[in-house]
Amino acid sequence: MTPVIPIRSDSSGCDQSPVITTERGQREVFCGLTGIIWLHRKIQDAFFLVVGSRTCAHLIQSAAGVMIFAEPRFGTAIIDERDLAGLADCNDELDKVVNKLLSRRPDIRTLFLVGSCPSEVIKLDLSRAAERLSRQFNPAVRVLNYSGSGIETTFTQGEDTCLQSMVPVLPTLPSGSKQRLMVVGTMADIVEDQMRRLWTDMGITDVDFFPPRNSTALPDVGPDTVFLLAQPFLADTSLALEARGAKRLAAPFPLGVEGTTAWLQAAANAFGASQDTFDNVTRAARQRAESALARQRTQLEGKKIFFFPDSQLEIPLARFLHREMGMELSEIGTPYLHRKLMAEELAMLPAGSRITEGQHVENQLDRCHADAPDLVVCGLGLANPLEAQGLTTKWAIELVFTPIQGYEQAADLAELFSRPLRRRIKLAA
Amino acid sequence: MQLTLWTYEGPPHVGAMRVATAMTDVHYVLHAPQGDTYADLLFTMIERLPRRPPVTYTTFQARDLGGDTAELFKDAARQAHARFKPNAMLVGASCTAELIQDDPGGLALALNLPIPVVALELPAYQRKENWGASETFYHLVRALVPAGHSRTPLEGRPAVCNILGPTALGFRHRDDVKEIRGLLEELGIKVNVVAPLNACVADIRRLPEADFNVVLYPELGRTAAQWLQRSCGQPFTQCIPYGVNGTLDFIAEVQQLAGAADPAQTREAFMQSSRARWYAKSVDSTYLTGKRVFVFGDATHVIAAARVAQTEMGFEVVGLGTYSREFAREMRDAAKLYGVEALITDDYLEVEDQVKALQPELLLGTQMERHIAKRLGIPCTVISAPMHVQDFPARYAPQMGFEGANVLFDTWVHPLMMGLEEHLLGMFREDFEFHDGAAPSHLGSGHGAPAKAAAPAQQAEQIHVAQDASIASDATVDITGWAPEAEKELKKIPFFVRGKARRNTELFARERGLSRITVETMYEAKAHFSR
Repeated sequence: MTPVIPIRSDSSGCDQSPVITTERGQREVFCGLTGIIWLHRKIQDAFFLVVGSRTCAHLIQSAAGVMIFAEPRFGTAIIDERDLAGLADCNDELDKVVNKLLSRRPDIRTLFLVGSCPSEVIKLDLSRAAERLSRQFNPAVRVLNYSGSGIETTFTQGEDTCLQSMVPVLPTLPSGSKQRLMVVGTMADIVEDQMRRLWTDMGITDVDFFPPRNSTALPDVGPDTVFLLAQPFLADTSLALEARGAKRLAAPFPLGVEGTTAWLQAAANAFGASQDTFDNVTRAARQRAESALARQRTQLEGKKIFFFPDSQLEIPLARFLHREMGMELSEIGTPYLHRKLMAEELAMLPAGSRITEGQHVENQLDRCHADAPDLVVCGLGLANPLEAQGLTTKWAIELVFTPIQGYEQAADLAELFSRPLRRRIKLAA
Repeated sequence: MQLTLWTYEGPPHVGAMRVATAMTDVHYVLHAPQGDTYADLLFTMIERLPRRPPVTYTTFQARDLGGDTAELFKDAARQAHARFKPNAMLVGASCTAELIQDDPGGLALALNLPIPVVALELPAYQRKENWGASETFYHLVRALVPAGHSRTPLEGRPAVCNILGPTALGFRHRDDVKEIRGLLEELGIKVNVVAPLNACVADIRRLPEADFNVVLYPELGRTAAQWLQRSCGQPFTQCIPYGVNGTLDFIAEVQQLAGAADPAQTREAFMQSSRARWYAKSVDSTYLTGKRVFVFGDATHVIAAARVAQTEMGFEVVGLGTYSREFAREMRDAAKLYGVEALITDDYLEVEDQVKALQPELLLGTQMERHIAKRLGIPCTVISAPMHVQDFPARYAPQMGFEGANVLFDTWVHPLMMGLEEHLLGMFREDFEFHDGAAPSHLGSGHGAPAKAAAPAQQAEQIHVAQDASIASDATVDITGWAPEAEKELKKIPFFVRGKARRNTELFARERGLSRITVETMYEAKAHFSR
């Protein structure tokens, strides 16, 4: 655990840039396996099989307080000492588990083999296993693999690696086709429907969402695909789509009125919708959102907020809370900073904003206490201890599990931040 | 490789965390990859502790694996010592770090820290959480308890004991400790140290000053108690003070260990004052007689709860089991008392299958059994870890001692249909309010068997029928089916006993070689099985 290493300091030369520091140490974040919690709900005919340890199984069931309503669509093939001692061939064992699983679950169309820290350290080749099993179960079930391990991925990066694994199997959109829009990243079903309606009203009807709700309805991709990232943590998926010829539409993320407008506009421009059409279509929703946000602003304005790193949503959230809600930014922690995908967002942050990439949780807690923010956004491990020390907190994980994108959700998003503040006042009274 | 959809216990290092977090001045340095910090939330969110668990994670990543992960560990241990200034340090590896074989124990030793450092070897690919906690506590005790101590003989002075086993993230440990400490003090026995819960390093060193040890949770405290018996000559208790009878046995045992006289007299006095005992005897509890109950959880709680169910509530234990494989022998012995086979498994689907097959009227289990019960429309009370946020009630709610017995009475009876209500339901099936989803009136609409639960209950019945059909095909006689009027009659029986009625009738028909079930068959079966 090394102290803060200022790898780059961007403050010199240009006043507009935020100050970005990278630090290493204990990270209070989830690993990429956690993404399974929402991915298995989004893709309804997929099963996520983690090849890992009891820790992996325990993490997933604990992280979201997972309630099992029936047989869940995720599970863990727990490696045991026989596998490690070489007494059992891991591949044979895995095949057995998969056979057992798929015979129980004839409804599954896509099986993800999800790599974990242990499977990667023992160098279990899941891509070969996926190929082998895909051949065996073809065409009923497609078997894919990706890494959700903590040594490779942080929390939401698990969705990135999952989607990346699906990109090679997307059908090809032949060159010269009509241009199609692909929206990349999991959003709530209701939000997708809202976005689709807005674009339809602008005359943009060739819209696909990725991941799809059904794994057999994969969107086509090719040189005539343009895509918009709905989530900021999809760097590898973005590269994989570009490798298949798709073009990324650079835009801020659809959080808040400003972000949503710019994001929708990027697609509108790519499809040649006129500014009038765009304004007419979005006006009602935008005005609704603005007036709802005005009420939230009275509670948030001038309040200082501190972000611990969690989902990579921190920078877009900070931008929204500062520009639309008038909040003062203390530190913006992010587990990982992808400068290219974040370029539009970074440009909208106030000069001198303090961004920390990576984490040394003890040092960061020291800074947090020194800053005495009005609101701290942090993970579940830190929230109650900070509350007990008199700080007001917002669990970061709720921001991943709640519909927050788009106009209709802008006030809901703001409310997630104002509620803890309001509650503190209520309980103090 | 084992397919696991859900697990009753976490990995063994979580057990070590439960010990470290329970104590006040011990820090645990865990060699672990990014993501293993999830375990913090078990304590901060589920148990709602107002502080972080005293654990430092090295948080290595893939790029570190080629480099010096050992150095990373040493830095983490050094920094943790400097920042937290613990009086003892636990060091160990999580499952992934176990594979890279950095030897945290050896590395920590090389740091020459001025405090005791206890190296934990917790094989993550063989063992689980409770074992990890037990092993951690044992090694800590072994490392800290000084050699060469002699106790003065009792000779009339008040006896002194320790309470061993309670940890962080334990099922009502907080309240059990308070209850049992009070009971011991009432008996004139002084409590020297409670450990590991709220103990410090100095407390562990003082353990030998007691005359004997009270082991509340054998899964967690027995290994340490056995060592203390061998090396310090301290006997330890075998009785678990759970239920009125269990508590009375416990009192007799500690009084004997304390050299106190006349336990018989105390027994009578305590028995008279137990409210749970009187409530169970009161006439309104008659309807509890012979209710079929299935018990599943950790071994200690299940064995003790089965005894309370059978001897204090007047239920019938129709099945029991545990996920604690280390205690399989004890569980099998207990099962013999009720003439049933113990279910030893950590696969909840096996538990669910058994519940479906047995159709109990009450489930005593863990949070998972609560879910199973909800799906099957069976009343349920949680009596064992794994922990859920609901298992940390704000109020005082021990499970052990006499107040614990009162809590057991209340919480086990609560989900059941009240006696007279049950009768009315049985008499006036056609009342529109007595549909299959009707919940006990005191529970409101959202509890126990809400309207939605009716569907799963029916489903369970269908599954059950399918199972029976498969059994039937093996038997000599095939049951071609229920006559429509018999099927209609069956529907008049309240849903929570209908599964049992169907099962009994079919069993009766098979035994007699009847291929068709009529209303007559049903009532003959009812008479045959009536208790």
